[in-house]
Amino acid sequence: MSDSSPTLAAHQPGLQHHFATMEQQTDASVMGMWVFLVTEIMFFGGMFVGYMIYRYMYYGPWLEGSQHMDFWWGTINTAVLLCSSLTMALGVRASQLGQRRMLVTFLLITILFGLGFLGIKSIEYHGHWVDGQFPGANFRFSGPNPAQVELFFSFYWAMTGFHALHVLIGIGLVTYVVYRSWKGAYGPDYHNPVENVGLYWHFVDIVWIYLYPLLYLISHKHLSG
Amino acid sequence: MTTAAVPMRERENYLNQEYGIKSWLLTTDHKRIALLYLLSITFFFFIGGFFALLIRLELLTPAGDLVQADTYNKLFTMHGQVMVFFFLIPAVPAVLGNFLIPIMIGAKDLAFPRVNLLSWYIFILGSALMLYTILNGGVDTGWTFYTPLSTEFLTTNVVAAAMAIFVVGFSSILTGLNFIVTIHRLRAPGMTWSRLPLFVWANYATSIIFVLGTPVLAISLALVGLERMFHLGIFDPRLGGDPLLFQHLFWFYSHPAVYVMILPGMGVVSEIVACFSHKRLFGYRFMALALIAIAVLGFLVWAHHMFVAGISLYAALIFSFFSYMVAIPSAIKVFNWTATLYKGSISYTTPMLYAFGFIGLFTMGGMTGLFVAALGVDVHVTDTYFIIAHFHYIMVGGMVMAYLGGMHFWWPKISGRMYPEGWGKLAALLIFIGFNLTFFPQFILGYMGMPRRYWQYSPEFQVLNVLSTAGASILAVGYLLPMVYFLWSMRYGKIADDNPWGAAGLEWMTTSPPTTSNFDEIPTVTWEAYNYDQLTEVPVERQ
Amino acid sequence: MSEHIASKKTYIVVWASLMCLTAATAGASYLELGHFNIVLALLIATCKATLVALIFMGVKYISQKMTWVVIVAGLFWLFILISLSMTDYISRSWR
Repeated sequence: MSDSSPTLAAHQPGLQHHFATMEQQTDASVMGMWVFLVTEIMFFGGMFVGYMIYRYMYYGPWLEGSQHMDFWWGTINTAVLLCSSLTMALGVRASQLGQRRMLVTFLLITILFGLGFLGIKSIEYHGHWVDGQFPGANFRFSGPNPAQVELFFSFYWAMTGFHALHVLIGIGLVTYVVYRSWKGAYGPDYHNPVENVGLYWHFVDIVWIYLYPLLYLISHKHLSG
Repeated sequence: MTTAAVPMRERENYLNQEYGIKSWLLTTDHKRIALLYLLSITFFFFIGGFFALLIRLELLTPAGDLVQADTYNKLFTMHGQVMVFFFLIPAVPAVLGNFLIPIMIGAKDLAFPRVNLLSWYIFILGSALMLYTILNGGVDTGWTFYTPLSTEFLTTNVVAAAMAIFVVGFSSILTGLNFIVTIHRLRAPGMTWSRLPLFVWANYATSIIFVLGTPVLAISLALVGLERMFHLGIFDPRLGGDPLLFQHLFWFYSHPAVYVMILPGMGVVSEIVACFSHKRLFGYRFMALALIAIAVLGFLVWAHHMFVAGISLYAALIFSFFSYMVAIPSAIKVFNWTATLYKGSISYTTPMLYAFGFIGLFTMGGMTGLFVAALGVDVHVTDTYFIIAHFHYIMVGGMVMAYLGGMHFWWPKISGRMYPEGWGKLAALLIFIGFNLTFFPQFILGYMGMPRRYWQYSPEFQVLNVLSTAGASILAVGYLLPMVYFLWSMRYGKIADDNPWGAAGLEWMTTSPPTTSNFDEIPTVTWEAYNYDQLTEVPVERQ
Repeated sequence: MSEHIASKKTYIVVWASLMCLTAATAGASYLELGHFNIVLALLIATCKATLVALIFMGVKYISQKMTWVVIVAGLFWLFILISLSMTDYISRSWR
């Protein structure tokens, strides 16, 4: 690759030429990832602020809309994502210890949980679609304030939709890391990409941790059925 | 450093190390990527300028005779979108910042060279979408995409334009991220924060805005897109949605973006003023802190764009107060530049003329900013030509001046050649005169009540509009000149010395143009920034 | 480089607490607390997010102080966005 610098230590194949030491490179990479996550906070933040404002303005209709969330699927999905975070954390740990097989196994389980999450989400989406709970011309709602309930569903679809997109991207990134791990690219000295993908995955988990109570748990009367 | 008599052509540098289109399109060298950006944004500058030309021609007469009303709406929309998102925002950071920041801090490259290249490709993807929008008939929402106009009533290419800007936003985010990490992690030994050139500080402040603001723009445009494509009703008044929410989200980014369009310019001007006064910059610490303060305060003022849109009076008071606060760091900057000039040995070179232009025009733009930040005056001038004049004094009089000043100042470093000084001075003068003739009448027009965004106007406004159009023609010549002589100088210009201006700073201690890895050996910094008291030699170029 | 490697047990304990907190927040939504429902829900969510960030994402073990600055800056800017937008909505004399 690039070997123009005479200070390059030969035993550090992952070191790029413009960094002096491996530590500097890892520091930079970790910091870059956190700065990126901050941009993600602001990205989702835009939707959260909209959610807060409308919830403040139309509490009743939003309570009503929340009744139509599938409480059980939502809760199970929360658990699925938390499990995926655990396996991701264990995967990163395996990469720190240089256990290649463990690393690949844990990451594969993480992918499975991620796919499980998306599967459950699509079951929910399908239900909402069939019940006429997608905003627009086909929206059907018989209770009071149908307009504001439609607004709630607009947020539901936008927020969970963007979240699901992030899960999908996360699955893609983990798949890439699995492939690289399988090739033996990472070891105790160099496993930064695994860590960064892990950070991304956990962040997406945190977004869901907030979405779950805000969308599914506004109300305390899950008696409709 | 070494003898200037050595013919530069023979020396190895980043331009002649490799040849061929592939060596450019796949490069990870920050200097080459800077030049890729230079080409791209120059292209868009002329597209945006073309729209401006048509606008000014239409406004030559009170009647709507050159173009239809709908066409006119598209012209000012695309002029705004192209100039703001495809020229001004990337202008100094992505070109000069990309080229200079690693060299100024004594690094071999940015922290993430491949991400840097990726951000250029993302920019190109956004550009393609924008060009598609333009060629497919354009978009007429105004550059602000206000809902429900953009979501309900228009049938033009709103989604394509929104996607173009959404995509280009990611290019800014990645550039900002790269700069922040680079400045934190790749400074050379001894290059402490208090020794950083102000250009680096300015780009750091800009990067903060990129990273924290741009994602909010991205999500607000994405929500507009979802509302158009899938009829989600986020901002739809029929569902109880609030169009003002879109304006809140949009301006949360787009007001700080105004500072993206001035902070890097302030960095450029600080370098030029110090160099051509041959003096340490007055109040270095305050200058650095003022840059950061402007970036942070810039996030607290956004709703001053919405005073007459129906926000609550109490919120308006808060935002008006914070808007006035921004004047403090801005004034610190102007006073400190002036204080630097005091008793300096000033050379009136082309970059210095641009810097003078910047200081004067920025002051005008900033002061009129205080007019419009006042709740009462704002009611009178909102959506008039007063606003147009105000922000063009900042963006064109400020940023474009600084950008051109910076291009002249660092051209010897970038190309290894000198531009023709006489032509440079002529162009700077033409731009200054043309600019003022174009935009000063617009202050008066606005105060008299001429509204913005109309293709017709009352006959009593014609004299001032003719002046403005005449000024725009001078301005156009002024902008074409540098384009021509920069190209000319690449082949015929005088070979540049390593440090033709006798300037301080690490970029002047390497060769012109620099080698691919910038320095033969990473320097160790033992001096403060702008140590002009230790540099006595004044080279011929500046006399 | 010397980095902290948390034990397997730590991760599993954290995961178990996260599951318990999920059950708690689901259960809490059945209580009649009026507007305090949202307060409680956000409180639990923040506990969960903090656990994930500190342990799973390793913020607790990280040596760079800069990471903290970056995170705090992100949250602070989110606070600016929310609070300054809300000044408008809570003080409008019209609806």
